[in-house]
Amino acid sequence: MTGDGAAMVRAEGVRKSFGHVEVLKGIDLEVAPGEVVCVIGPSGSGKSTFLRCINHLEKIDAGRLWVDGHLVGYRERGGKLHELRDREVAAQRRDIGMVFQRFNLFPHMTALENVVEAPVGVKGVRREEARARGVELLERVGLGERVHNYPNQLSGGQQQRVAIARALAMEPKLMLFDEPTSALDPELVGEVLDVMRGLAESGMTMVVVTHEMGFAREVGDSLVFMDDGVVVEAGDPRRVLTDPQHPRTQAFLSKVL
Amino acid sequence: MAAEAPDTTARPAPPEQIRAVPVRHPGRWVAAAVIAVLAAMFVHMLATNPVFQWDFMLDNMFTPAVLRGARTTLVMTVAAMVLGVLLGIVLAVMRLSPNPVVSGAAWTYIWFFRAIPRIVLLFFIANLGALYARYEFGFPFDRQLMDLLGFQADWRLFGFDGNEIFVGFTAGLLGLALSEGAYMAEIVRAGIQSVDPGQAEAAHALGMSRGRTMRRIVLPQAMRVIIPPTGNETIAMLKDTSLLIAVPVTTELNFQLRAIGSRTFQIIPMAVASILWYLALTSLLMIGQYFLEKRFSRGFGATETRAQRAARRAADVGSQK
Repeated sequence: MTGDGAAMVRAEGVRKSFGHVEVLKGIDLEVAPGEVVCVIGPSGSGKSTFLRCINHLEKIDAGRLWVDGHLVGYRERGGKLHELRDREVAAQRRDIGMVFQRFNLFPHMTALENVVEAPVGVKGVRREEARARGVELLERVGLGERVHNYPNQLSGGQQQRVAIARALAMEPKLMLFDEPTSALDPELVGEVLDVMRGLAESGMTMVVVTHEMGFAREVGDSLVFMDDGVVVEAGDPRRVLTDPQHPRTQAFLSKVL
Repeated sequence: MAAEAPDTTARPAPPEQIRAVPVRHPGRWVAAAVIAVLAAMFVHMLATNPVFQWDFMLDNMFTPAVLRGARTTLVMTVAAMVLGVLLGIVLAVMRLSPNPVVSGAAWTYIWFFRAIPRIVLLFFIANLGALYARYEFGFPFDRQLMDLLGFQADWRLFGFDGNEIFVGFTAGLLGLALSEGAYMAEIVRAGIQSVDPGQAEAAHALGMSRGRTMRRIVLPQAMRVIIPPTGNETIAMLKDTSLLIAVPVTTELNFQLRAIGSRTFQIIPMAVASILWYLALTSLLMIGQYFLEKRFSRGFGATETRAQRAARRAADVGSQK
């Protein structure tokens, strides 16, 4: 079978182990186009691992995962799964933007070079065109003055905003955020969340692993609570946050809220 | 105005500047004196010992043959290093391959070539002409296969005469580059492994291929770690060109200077000339290393001096108000 054409992300029984430790124990999840899904849960619950499975940074051991109707990392032919070649995996990833907890900007390139690198090198966009678009994107995240700065000349919040611009430069259909504000000083969290809020309002499909309950409540269309490798509870963020049904959700929220 | 004046001056008077008696360091003065005396004795020896023959040395250390030798030494150093670095990158990438055969082959190469003294390797390569007179490349085991099929034929693409290739400059370059590749492989591997794995992950997430990630993201950052030990290697290589005597390559610098010394029985002046030549050439290479290091430290703080950074921070604070 192929993935439901209507869903941007569709996971069925996704499992993943590292050695003998099973980190994901059968995840089912659906993300509609334009939807913002926030994933919360205690550390070690598998939420980051699940996010990394969506763009095949981690290989899944069982289950199926589709992005925009295409199986991630595999091709199904004659009832058998075939691993995709590196080149094909890379092509799939072009449509999926990812923002990391530790920013992972390229330190030997300026902000603009970071943003321009993939469109020019991977998509073959003309350099002048990519630069114009890069400056536009950096202005959009409020860094029009900082295009020629190296990452180590930027604050954490500024670096994370460059990282968001870098991911957007590939014009992805889906954006994955892996705890984008967890490594930031508290006073810098707001500027990054503001950019993400603007992105959500522009209609981007987003999966956000986060500890920012306020963001999840105000921006998220749905909230997923994961614990110990399974989805414990999912639904409308306001409902889940104010009236959690499952005792594990209740216990977690009572600690963080 | 008059009412405000007492407010601004009401702050307590600034504390008095400290004018403490500094700690004395008599040991440093004694050490400096001892060093000064030793230096004076050294200069005195250079100036008074007639064996040095400074005039003779100056007259003979820039003859056309010596200058040609210096050129050979420099060209050999650069060529052997370029080949060695390229070979080292290939071996380092092989060594990090998930395929155990590929990684094992690289390990074996490094093990073998690091174990052999360069002078032994150079001597061996210079005599490869004795192993086979002619070296040919083509289909492996072609003659055996043709025999099996009942034909009298072979399948060779090209070949060369061992006694023509494994002599002089080519043999020397081959030996030094092969040996250098093994050392550079370990240096490059350390450099690649020093780069945060998150960098490759970010590149992959952007849809970059493995090759492009290595070329554009990982290697440029690894260069920061690779360059300083490579500078050491280059200096060592410059000096190891004197081992070319084992091939033999006689146009090389040290051989030329010693030849003059032996011919004229002025051993010490020409040995000193050799020292001075290698000092000068090494200094030249160090200048090159300085600029390379500067180039590859972009984005790692060295591009911005402390004063510049302080000025920028001050400007930032000002603009936020």
